[in-house]
Amino acid sequence: MKKEINFVLNGNSVSIEVEPNEKLLDVLRDKVGVKSPKYGCGRGECGSCTVLLNGKSIRSCITLAIEVDGQEITTLEGLQKDGITPLQKSFIEHNAFQCGFCAPGMTMTATELLNKDPHPDEEEIREAIAGNLCRCTGYDTIVKAILDVAEKK
Amino acid sequence: MKNFDYAKPTSLSEAASLYAEYKDKARLLLGGTDLIVMLNDGVITPDMVIDLKGIDELKRLEVKDGFLHIGAAVTFNELIDSELVKKDFPVIWESARTVASTGVRNRATLVGNICSAVPSADSAPSLLIREALVTVVNTEGEKDVPIVEFFKGPRKTVLKPGDIVKELKVPVISQRFGGSYVKLGRYDGEDLAQTGVATLALEDKTYRVAFCAVAPTPVRATEVEEFLKGKDITDEVIEEAIPIALKAISPISDVRASKEYRLHASGVIFKRSLKAAVSRMNGNGPAYGTRLV
Repeated sequence: MKKEINFVLNGNSVSIEVEPNEKLLDVLRDKVGVKSPKYGCGRGECGSCTVLLNGKSIRSCITLAIEVDGQEITTLEGLQKDGITPLQKSFIEHNAFQCGFCAPGMTMTATELLNKDPHPDEEEIREAIAGNLCRCTGYDTIVKAILDVAEKK
Repeated sequence: MKNFDYAKPTSLSEAASLYAEYKDKARLLLGGTDLIVMLNDGVITPDMVIDLKGIDELKRLEVKDGFLHIGAAVTFNELIDSELVKKDFPVIWESARTVASTGVRNRATLVGNICSAVPSADSAPSLLIREALVTVVNTEGEKDVPIVEFFKGPRKTVLKPGDIVKELKVPVISQRFGGSYVKLGRYDGEDLAQTGVATLALEDKTYRVAFCAVAPTPVRATEVEEFLKGKDITDEVIEEAIPIALKAISPISDVRASKEYRLHASGVIFKRSLKAAVSRMNGNGPAYGTRLV
């Protein structure tokens, strides 16, 4: 039943044996040791497990690991390989997070948005992060931080 | 989650043979945004999961022979990013934008949404008013099922084990038209509809209306379409039309809204949607995608 899958994770090739029923989030966290994606709801609703699949944000808790064979996965660890990004700097400057549990997912979603459209307005930002739940901040600081980067670009 | 075998065929015939072999012991996987949640919950326990994403022809998104062909593997975000869909199939575009959130829409497919057949499927009313055809393939052959005959109940469709939906075919409309999909949720952002309505106004003064989340399946409201036929849409006509439109629906009370609220709100959004459809046809309506609630 086990199958070897090969994928690119944050620029590095990964070969690993997985069962068909293993989820990408569990494989990333427990087998590969990449801890930034978080387990929140387990149903694709909270966004804390968000990673990029071929540059697009997806929910790793409702993705089978076997599905990413031959694909490219980026997590927060990959984004900040050469130091933190302007977006992350902005999050720090705006004190955008409190507990930080949603931060990796929020960062991946906002990164996808800014890659697609470097100058989103506030409504587009709010729409983009609508699937990333934050229970601390009320979102204002997060939106302001993203808007700030968008305006500086 | 119970374990299963996984196959990723590269042709539709290969997938159909495999599905015919396993029948109800197999499940089809596209975006997985419903399937993997159900696998997780143990609601379904297949022996085989057939991933259809390796089949190139299911990625088709083009207009040919009078139809927009939306392959089964086309995601909601691919529809939203398509200028073609936005321009000529604007209600499908508008409704796609209301589905879940961008991280879900990057994987979730329109065909998967239809096959899940939940009563609140946002994409269904827009397909009903465009009279889409569902192309079903199995080892016996291929057939087109009108979308109005496709839904049989909550999470039930005409599909039998072994049937694969290859694509949706949406007829091109050659006359001038305007339309709209209005979704009422408890809040902006990711939520299921309390009620949703799609309307279409055509130059020949025919109208099409369909609802979701207010009956066991998404429904087309043919009686009100007959009533509106040939009429100019004035406030008086709409007021008269509302109770006729509501005859098509039979909402229930649940965690998202009461039956009474759904009935009332369905009338309100029907009115806003139809007005927007007519004004869009006349070139002076709110841009597609504008929130009307």
